Amino acid sequence: MSSAISVSSLNKTYESGFEALKNINLDIRHGEIFALLGPNGAGKTTLISTICGIVNPTSGTILADGHDIIKEYRAARSKIGLVPQELTTDAFETVWATVSFSRGLFGKPANPAHIEKILKELSLSDKKDSKIMTLSGGMKRRVMIAKALSHEPEILFLDEPSAGVDVELRRDMWNVVRALRESGVTIILTTHYIEEAEQMADRIGVISHGEIILVEEKDALMRSLGKKELRLLLQEKREEIPEALAAYGLELSPDGSELVYHYDTRKERTGITALLKDLDKAGVRFSDIQTRESSLEEIFVNLVRERK
Amino acid sequence: MNLYAIKAIYLFEMHRTWRTLMQSVISPVLSTSLYFVVFGSAIGGRIPEINGVSYGAFIVPGLIMLSLLTQSISNASFGIYFPKFVGTIYELLSAPVSYVEIVIAYVGAAATKSIILGVIILATAALFVPLRIEHPFVMLLFLVLTAVTFSMFGFIIGIWADGFEKLQLVPLMIITPLTFLGGSFYSIDMLPPFWQTVTLFNPVVYLISGFRWSFFGLSDVHIGTSLVMTAVFLLACILILRWIFRTGYRLKS
Repeated sequence: MSSAISVSSLNKTYESGFEALKNINLDIRHGEIFALLGPNGAGKTTLISTICGIVNPTSGTILADGHDIIKEYRAARSKIGLVPQELTTDAFETVWATVSFSRGLFGKPANPAHIEKILKELSLSDKKDSKIMTLSGGMKRRVMIAKALSHEPEILFLDEPSAGVDVELRRDMWNVVRALRESGVTIILTTHYIEEAEQMADRIGVISHGEIILVEEKDALMRSLGKKELRLLLQEKREEIPEALAAYGLELSPDGSELVYHYDTRKERTGITALLKDLDKAGVRFSDIQTRESSLEEIFVNLVRERK
Repeated sequence: MNLYAIKAIYLFEMHRTWRTLMQSVISPVLSTSLYFVVFGSAIGGRIPEINGVSYGAFIVPGLIMLSLLTQSISNASFGIYFPKFVGTIYELLSAPVSYVEIVIAYVGAAATKSIILGVIILATAALFVPLRIEHPFVMLLFLVLTAVTFSMFGFIIGIWADGFEKLQLVPLMIITPLTFLGGSFYSIDMLPPFWQTVTLFNPVVYLISGFRWSFFGLSDVHIGTSLVMTAVFLLACILILRWIFRTGYRLKS
């Protein structure tokens, strides 16, 4: 069976000489939710835009459901729906008109029942006759999703769907995404939020500086990404870590004022309770406690370092 | 052929036209009326007939062409420039439509609007001066051919323009002078011989001359030459558009 999207040896160099994509090879399976993670400027949007036909590839081939996106652009594009990152909508048209327009543009005969259904799922029914310019940002985002779904695509791209979106919309959106996936639609989304990828995705790809660093099943990746650290601010500076606490693999900050403990939130036992008891026994007193997750940025840095 | 897409874009553009109809109709009708009052009645009364046609009637074809050209260009250029400006062009670029379909839809809508305007101006003119149209079919052919050709030209400008100034620049700096110097208000015979030759390099001369022939049966250049020159300009626009969409010029990076 062919992949939903198959990218091979894809390169994109902009006229300025900037290499946005470097030898990308990526296969996205039918019916999966694939999350593309990466810091700003990593090439996520360029990759999506190239697949969708908005950016010309410099070299390499892309197949959508087995159709070359350049030679067989009609067959390829009619299967794809795109929700871009930027909120770009018409201002003076009504919601109904703009969504119906998209359906026609993608070569489908009018189907008011289908449009009605999409608008309902996205809680847009009561706004269907409103001009888009009168809608809030979140509502406009919904309109853009409705436009992308208007022609019943088999492959849906969501570029940063949660950027600037409120909780309610995020919930609606994920309900729609889940329902689409159950009906067999392949979904590719880009995000900054690791939790989002964690909740939704089957597989995760990480892109950095125009290169795909890794593609892994979500569960496997989350295990390696789910590290947290606990920082203990000491009342008195110490020269070294007490012997009794050696088993915890603590780190002492260079100035001796902080102890740092690394743990995995996904494990049954994080070891925090035991550590705190042992600290007390050893007579270590602290003035403050902080916990923090490794940021996505740090994870990327680590991933890149590991690969080299 | 993605006929649904052509229909969708055409109707979208026409809807934009109806929305702005008042401003797009009133202003050309008003300015045309002013031309008639000033040139047709006030000044025209002192100008002798040109080959048996009163001056007021003589300028009608030129005035219609003036509006047709400027309206075609501004409709089509704005139609494609605006999606580029606000970013909604992404949808057009990612849709399963060929450039031929895109051009048919946008240019078709722009040309429809300017033809409607041309007819309205013709009707307005008929209120001021007695008109006769000797070759109505040729008149219609010129109307449609000019509207389509210059809508294509406008479409090219809309793609080329990367700011509102450029969008205004071409109609203002090039088309208006060419139309005024193209015999809207006079017969080329009235010019000194040297300028008569220079004028032949102005494509608008052929349009106005051909259009005027369809009204009164008199023209500066042969009607066949007018048709050929218009067709040549049309072909040039088609070739440029083909190149634009092949390379993605100003549309795709």
